[in-house]
Amino acid sequence: MAENGQKTAGPAGKADFTRQALKGEKRWGAGVIPYAKMGYWEPDYTPKDTDIISAFRITPQKGVDPIEAGAAVAGESSTATWTVVWTDRLTAYENYQAKCFKVEAVPGTEDQHIAYIAHDIDLFEEGSIANLTSSIIGNVFGFKALKALRLEDQRIPPHYLKTFQGPAHGIVMEREYLNKYGRPLLGATIKPKLGLSARNYGRVVYEALKGGLDFTKDDENINSQPFGRWRDRYLHCIEAVKRAEERTGEIKGHYMNVTAATMEDMYERAAFAKELGSIIIMIDLTIGYTATQSMAKYARANGMILHMHRAGHGTYTRQKNHGVSFRVISKWMRMAGVDHIHAGTVVGKLEGDPNMIAGYYDTLRDDFVGVNPQNGIYFDQPWQSMPGVMPVASGGIHAGQMHQLLHYLGEDVVLQFGGGSIGHPMGIEAGAECNRVAVEAMIKARNEGRDYMKEGEDILKKAARQYPSLQQALDTWGEISFNYESTDTPDVTPTPTS
Amino acid sequence: MRIKQGTFSTLPDLTDDEIKAQIQYCIDQGWAVSVEFTDDPHPRNIYWELWGMPMFDTQDASACFTEVAACREAYPKHYIKVNGYNARYTKQTIGLSFIVNRPETEPGFRLDRTELNDRHIAYTMHSYAAEVPHGTRYQDSDGKGPEPD
Repeated sequence: MAENGQKTAGPAGKADFTRQALKGEKRWGAGVIPYAKMGYWEPDYTPKDTDIISAFRITPQKGVDPIEAGAAVAGESSTATWTVVWTDRLTAYENYQAKCFKVEAVPGTEDQHIAYIAHDIDLFEEGSIANLTSSIIGNVFGFKALKALRLEDQRIPPHYLKTFQGPAHGIVMEREYLNKYGRPLLGATIKPKLGLSARNYGRVVYEALKGGLDFTKDDENINSQPFGRWRDRYLHCIEAVKRAEERTGEIKGHYMNVTAATMEDMYERAAFAKELGSIIIMIDLTIGYTATQSMAKYARANGMILHMHRAGHGTYTRQKNHGVSFRVISKWMRMAGVDHIHAGTVVGKLEGDPNMIAGYYDTLRDDFVGVNPQNGIYFDQPWQSMPGVMPVASGGIHAGQMHQLLHYLGEDVVLQFGGGSIGHPMGIEAGAECNRVAVEAMIKARNEGRDYMKEGEDILKKAARQYPSLQQALDTWGEISFNYESTDTPDVTPTPTS
Repeated sequence: MRIKQGTFSTLPDLTDDEIKAQIQYCIDQGWAVSVEFTDDPHPRNIYWELWGMPMFDTQDASACFTEVAACREAYPKHYIKVNGYNARYTKQTIGLSFIVNRPETEPGFRLDRTELNDRHIAYTMHSYAAEVPHGTRYQDSDGKGPEPD
């Protein structure tokens, strides 16, 4: 499209707009007519069960009618361009036009509105996140008539959902594969993330896994650099994994990051990881949607769990008025087929409002996610038994927060204690052990009916009496917390009842 | 070595009361409790022997624990675990699984390495216990072990 948003501007437009779709000759005269009048605003439209419905947060430029802005988003994300084209009349265009059917002002803001837009399922190629997103977020975000635009949520109808593979294995299969039930899984990212030789790197993997973690992880930016090439790293890591399995008698894994410049490189690395017997590989969000779907297919066909590090998401998920909410990214990644994805910690060092994070976790794990304004969920989303994705909590968390982590994040989650294991004053193995002791003690207490959120510190202190490693962790990090205000928060907060 | 399979293997062995409390949790979740045992604790041994069927209809933690005790009586030197099975739609898998009995000494495993080309090594986990037949593993010093299962 041409970026000619100006035609929608002007105070006059707001006052006397009838916004009704034009019919007949008036609709097809050459020139520029408002999107609303072209049929992209249909307040009486009842979305079909098969429609993809999106909730956009729109912030129009001063003087731009919010309804026209919503219609413009509908138009530009479907069939419209900036001027009337007669070739529309060669199609059943009413079917292909997206319809903005509701625009609501956001309470507590001056200029923000939520526009609800329905897209017909015919507009999208089956099983393609790239195609879905090229429409929905392809063109509209640079629109001049809008100051800012954010995709808040999407209802994906089962008819479309079922054209996607979904997680290569999913939570249930992962647990059965690992033979680990009833508690959060534990992991750690190898630190320092850059600079370790392959041999030193494997040492950290061995100590952390032997100490009690289930997984260790390559960081997002460790691919194949001069200080450690991928093949050497994989060889040393698998030695460490297998040795740790021998010492503990349980299954272990190291997320081998296969992120690379080309699909050919990624397939080569994934094939080698498989040959070595690695149970899990990893990709970064930066590889893109199509590469993600390819790797999800590969991971399912070759029996490896697929971990995703959401590298780069903060560039478009964090600001409340512009970009794409992480709950939408979560949804797309579940459809695309990853088994793990980082989704926030609530209590750690990275951005995360507790309610927003609950919304992401529900989207990743549940079979049905109901409307919940407090968690930022705009639509009912049935998942039609598509397996769940294991959310991963990583970044500035430690054993002393175990009760909070369990309370906010639940049981089907990977808790990753990188610094919290490797930075332990008694060494890596002790660091890993204290996390395992803490999680087992907390689950045990919860199952015994204890009010673990309230008694969490006592539960940990009691467990620490038998485990000096845990005592050390509590002494070192017990007081550490990251209390900054979140930038991405719900519009709705519960009214206090007492 | 101490085999770290199951939800609570890093903690000290659970007492009988602690085991009952975990069984009660499973019952409260609507899960079926079952007991399984083995003398082959290889981490890829998925199918331990069933000590009867899952107790789908037993709502009494003490009654479930009776089965744990009976299994211990019969196989005092085996690994025994309690599972809570969650049959809920979209789960249909184990919700909790923890070891309630283990041999006094656990010989553990040996890692066998086969060197292939290009520095690639193939690994196999060898269980010391499995060097002798079922029923003769984890024997006392007097040579008396449990009956074969």
